[in-house]
Amino acid sequence: MRYSALRIAYEALTGHKGWTPAWRDPAPKPAYDYIIIGGGGHGLATAHYLSKVYGKARIAVLEKGWIGGGNVGRNTTIIRSNYLLPGNEPFYEFSMKLWEGLEQDLNYNAMVSQRGIMNLFHTDGQRDAYRRRGNAMILQGSDAELLTAEQVRKEAPFLNFDNARFPIKGALMHRRGGTVRHDAVAWGYARSADSHGVDILQNCEVTGFRIEQGRIQGVETSRGYIGAGKVGVAVAGSSSRVMAMAGMRLPIESHVLQAFVSEGLKPLIPGVITFGAGHFYVSQSDKGGLVFGGDIDGYNSYAQRGNLPLVEDVAEGGMALMPMIGRARLLRMWGGIMDMSMDGSPYIDRTPIEGLYFNGGWCYGGFKATPASGYAFAHLLATDRPHETATAYRLDRSLSGRMIDEKGVGAQPNLH
Amino acid sequence: MIIPHPLLGPRDAQEFTYLGDAGLINRPYWLSEDAARAFHDYLYLRDNPAGQHRELWFHEQGDRSWLVVTRDTTSHEILSVELARDVALARRSVA
Repeated sequence: MRYSALRIAYEALTGHKGWTPAWRDPAPKPAYDYIIIGGGGHGLATAHYLSKVYGKARIAVLEKGWIGGGNVGRNTTIIRSNYLLPGNEPFYEFSMKLWEGLEQDLNYNAMVSQRGIMNLFHTDGQRDAYRRRGNAMILQGSDAELLTAEQVRKEAPFLNFDNARFPIKGALMHRRGGTVRHDAVAWGYARSADSHGVDILQNCEVTGFRIEQGRIQGVETSRGYIGAGKVGVAVAGSSSRVMAMAGMRLPIESHVLQAFVSEGLKPLIPGVITFGAGHFYVSQSDKGGLVFGGDIDGYNSYAQRGNLPLVEDVAEGGMALMPMIGRARLLRMWGGIMDMSMDGSPYIDRTPIEGLYFNGGWCYGGFKATPASGYAFAHLLATDRPHETATAYRLDRSLSGRMIDEKGVGAQPNLH
Repeated sequence: MIIPHPLLGPRDAQEFTYLGDAGLINRPYWLSEDAARAFHDYLYLRDNPAGQHRELWFHEQGDRSWLVVTRDTTSHEILSVELARDVALARRSVA
């Protein structure tokens, strides 16, 4: 069913009896050509592009719980293409272009809102670094503007400009950045993939791989054995657990990252604002809640909940940046499990096992990458060659010395 | 999290700095044939289990001892704590 304004009018007049489920709930077939493990944003996007762009059939997405129940529904919904390094920025710019056409491509309202991102700087050194980053972004086809403190004051007069320790000297403005309704991304991709014949199998946990003579044969699941020609794993957060079933150790640690939403407030924050003197970023949802977050807790965790010291740390960042946030009450907080790769950059690559492919290591930046990650992973699955924007995301890059030190921070900052 | 320090009793985890998997005590021998590969695996690859995890914590704001903490990564429950020194010495006497 195609969604349109006409359809809504028609259904309104006929008692809304014509709406059908957005995707089927099929039984697993004995075998598929392509199996994608993980029904999150990246896995569903992979299925969408594999079926729609690369024209492949006999595809299944296997999800342990329900689709969109993991990190795609646990992030702070920010999209941006403001990276510095050659291995990264073309990929994230590709992702931004896909975001810009996403709703038309999926025929689904994902509430893509390019409301702009301001990265504040507080010292001359930071300003120079952001000027360099902005130039790198422009060279790769993205957009960037260096704002003075006065220009920032016009956009966000409530910030703590004249703080003695961290005065705001200006910002790097990335106007095409913004936010997206994250659940709708999962649902939109699922609906589109389903309409192209992809079987979305929920409550179907992978319990093992069947590998014979170095080649993948299929996967053991909680709903029985399913044969497969190629298997793509996109389960960031649980990558180490799933790949351990194939006998692989990864350069990844799982850490917990917390996020927060305040009570609903009147429109206040124009876009996304990041603090340059601490790890704090904030935006306002369309419902009015301030959505913000900070750093990872800093120890291995699969618990999907953090501890209070990081709550205090994030609150301190918020108070330093915009003291009025102290008057808002916190409505919700939650934790998500991040694949922290050792250099802070992701992987989209083949594995030593023929027919088994890996997508993960997204650290706390996976959401903005969802469309390009799905596109590049679908390209790799369909053609056995990396997509031109994702050639740097090799699994062996720590061995070959081609690390992507975008921030120089992975699971720990002392590895570089 | 409260870490029961073997010498100082229960201490707030905020006094500690986290390093990661306690396997980092087992540094490869730098003159071995495959030292480059062994050091790569030592530095970058992790078991990263869901469940019991032995890990190194440094009591930076305290007595500056290194501890090996066994913790459940699915619940954050701390199961046992040893001095890293004791763990390393026990390993050496076995070897």
